[in-house]
Amino acid sequence: MRTLYKFHGGVHPPSHKAQSTQAGIAQIPLPTRLVIPFQQHAGEAAKPIVQSGQHVLKGQLIGIPQGFISGAIHASTSGTIAAIDAQPVAHPSGLPDICATLIPDGKDEWVKRESANYTGLSPEELREKLRMAGVVGLGGAVFPSEVKLKLGQYKVKTLILNGAECEPYITCDDMLMRERAEEILSGAEMLRYILGAQEIVIGIEDNKSEAINAINQAVNITGIKCEVAVIPTIYPGGGVKQLIHVLTGLEVPSGKLPAEIGVQCFNVATVYSAWRAINHGEPLLSRIVTITGNVRYPQNYQVLIGTPVNEVVAAAEVLSGTLGYIMGGPMMGLRLPYDTVPLVKASNCIIAVSKKIFPVASPAMPCIRCTRCVEVCPVNLQPQDLYWFAKSREFGKAQSFSLFDCIECGACSYVCPSHIPLVQYYRFAKSEIKVRSQEKLNADKARERHEFREYRIEREKTEKAEKLAAKEKAVLEAKERAAKANESTAVQPEVNPVAEAALPKELT
Amino acid sequence: MSALFSPFISKPDNVAQIMLRVLLALIPGITVYVWYFGPAILVSIFLASITALGTEALMLKLRGRPITPFLKDNSALLTGWLLALSIPPLAPWWLVVVGTVFCIAIAKHLYGGLGNNIFNPAMIGFAVLIVSFPVPMTQWLTPHGLGQVELGFLDQLRYIFMGALPHNVTLDAITMATPLDTLKTHLHLDEHVHEILDMPIYGRLAGHGSEMVSWGFLIGGAYLLISRIISWHIPVAYLGTLFLTAGIFHLVEPDHYVTPFFHWFSGAAMIGAFFILTDPVSSPTTNKGRLIYAAMAAVITYLIRVFGSFPDGTAFATLLMNICVPLIVLYTQPRVFGKNTKQNEKGRLQ
Repeated sequence: MRTLYKFHGGVHPPSHKAQSTQAGIAQIPLPTRLVIPFQQHAGEAAKPIVQSGQHVLKGQLIGIPQGFISGAIHASTSGTIAAIDAQPVAHPSGLPDICATLIPDGKDEWVKRESANYTGLSPEELREKLRMAGVVGLGGAVFPSEVKLKLGQYKVKTLILNGAECEPYITCDDMLMRERAEEILSGAEMLRYILGAQEIVIGIEDNKSEAINAINQAVNITGIKCEVAVIPTIYPGGGVKQLIHVLTGLEVPSGKLPAEIGVQCFNVATVYSAWRAINHGEPLLSRIVTITGNVRYPQNYQVLIGTPVNEVVAAAEVLSGTLGYIMGGPMMGLRLPYDTVPLVKASNCIIAVSKKIFPVASPAMPCIRCTRCVEVCPVNLQPQDLYWFAKSREFGKAQSFSLFDCIECGACSYVCPSHIPLVQYYRFAKSEIKVRSQEKLNADKARERHEFREYRIEREKTEKAEKLAAKEKAVLEAKERAAKANESTAVQPEVNPVAEAALPKELT
Repeated sequence: MSALFSPFISKPDNVAQIMLRVLLALIPGITVYVWYFGPAILVSIFLASITALGTEALMLKLRGRPITPFLKDNSALLTGWLLALSIPPLAPWWLVVVGTVFCIAIAKHLYGGLGNNIFNPAMIGFAVLIVSFPVPMTQWLTPHGLGQVELGFLDQLRYIFMGALPHNVTLDAITMATPLDTLKTHLHLDEHVHEILDMPIYGRLAGHGSEMVSWGFLIGGAYLLISRIISWHIPVAYLGTLFLTAGIFHLVEPDHYVTPFFHWFSGAAMIGAFFILTDPVSSPTTNKGRLIYAAMAAVITYLIRVFGSFPDGTAFATLLMNICVPLIVLYTQPRVFGKNTKQNEKGRLQ
């Protein structure tokens, strides 16, 4: 048995996971329209390589990754590209983003798939394949997996699989582990090979007994060495840094990456997708999404990337009284501006919201410094002080009180008896600081440019003046010379210049 | 839809409920108080309550703040109750009113209202009263069964509102100095502790009656601890340090210094440890800070009680330590996860 460690704080919100785990993972009918954003991952957006009107096959590359941190984008089914333009997407800013609109032809016709045995490939080749398959972290951060597998100077000892799934309502990882445990383990073994790690540990919260059994069984069947660590159910126990701490006792240093302490962590769904990408040659075209909340059939669905939310929830039958949708969980999710936005690689859950499920929050009262937020903060911050600094725009102080170590898990807001939207204040402060530092950077650049311009003008001035002076001098000299020449032609000097030069010496 | 941004759920709790539970926790102490000293204290509490709510409403109106949500938060009531419990029950009505108005208007609202007061409002009210009106502030009721005469409830009411006593009763006959005060006076007369404690006003551990009231507050305090409204740090550090300080003096010179238990169960030690020093707004937010704050408050309490000119020191100790809170908090910041860890001592940044 592995020694488990505890992180500071955490909360126990009602889980509401049972309703969406009554039935297995279901398929939804092919949507009438797919909207595939080119920015579905952390880093740079993919560059579109198809045109409007072009016919594409399922799995065909439509966006190539740009730069070091980026992901490939593929057509989720066969059909015709209707448009490549800005469409509303699920983003906190509410701003539209470049998407490919794909009208399916209904044939679901694949491109040629190349399945490979990973043992015959080098880690570099596997990484390149994963990059071109668009495999990114499916736990929510959508960080390109291939980048996390490129270690550079670091050595990874432990590969951690994140099966904690700590947020209420969400059960997509749970169901994936129940139904596709063997493929998860095969994928884990492949990633272990790429990383050169010594051990694999999977962390699963103790409220998922069926998933735990499934993984244990798969370990026995496949013979893959993987330790199944049953961890206590506590939010945010599935946060990367929290999970690593629970399983290893190590703390990922502030502002550093897990690889620097010899650990790398992948979500179980990511591992599964990586396995499908290599072993079946299937790029990341779909993911499992929990549809729950105010619906008749809360369940997990295998959904094509780009399916509009309204087409997905229709499969689960939305009940009356639904006021809107949340993408993600109730603790960190995002309220969707429109129900036509597409599901993306980051979408693990859609909750149909009604007044009954999420009652109207009471108006915020002043902070009474009761420090319940301090008690639950998993990073051991002082949320009440950060709130104060953010509110009074003392951003420097907020930074010195470790604002950027906040993981925005929302535990503080959850327990606040004054119902202060604390996380919103932190997001505000963070973005203000980022904007200001960018502005400062821009201002510095502008100042440098200005100063250089001043210098250049000054330099040109002096140069001009020098040239002018030189010219005048030359003219003057020429005049003098001309005058002298006139003189010399008029009066021939009798004396030898050399003798003349010697004269004064002799005189002295 | 509930909220625009995550989290969309919250724990079902609010400020009003927290304050209400603190009020409830005061009830055991108040019940014992009534048992030993009669119902006059209920009159003070009632007076303080309506004055507190009235002043709160007026101040909110003057400050242009919404009145109903703040009146419902129970914080003004709590301040009123704590002040009423710290002044003599037979005090004239205007004393309670003046004190409560000062608490709410000056100590709370002029600093910015709920959550912004630097000082504990009830203790500010107490300090103003004891400095401005020392005489009525030291006329405490004699506990049940000790005095020559006992006033009925109607007579008590008449005295509180009209200042009139029945014609054959003097004020001295129904009031006395507090056990702490009496102790101090007699110690100044060079009497020994064991002689003084033989006086009928003393019970098993401290003052007769008042020691039982302290037990009542201890029980209420235990409820606050169990229901996690307060953390253990302040009461444990305060009572612990008070015990230790008083214990050392007592061991060195038992004839001159009373037992630590006497200090625990006298005056405002118990209500201070659980209800006053623990006021979240005016106390430190870090656990280490709470220990320092409460321990220093205990030392100051002891010094005022034994060497100072006031009989009790909890109120002034609280106010003095309130001043130090920002400094204490600044220097007791806990280690942030992932920062200054032992495992990466080499990469230490700060």
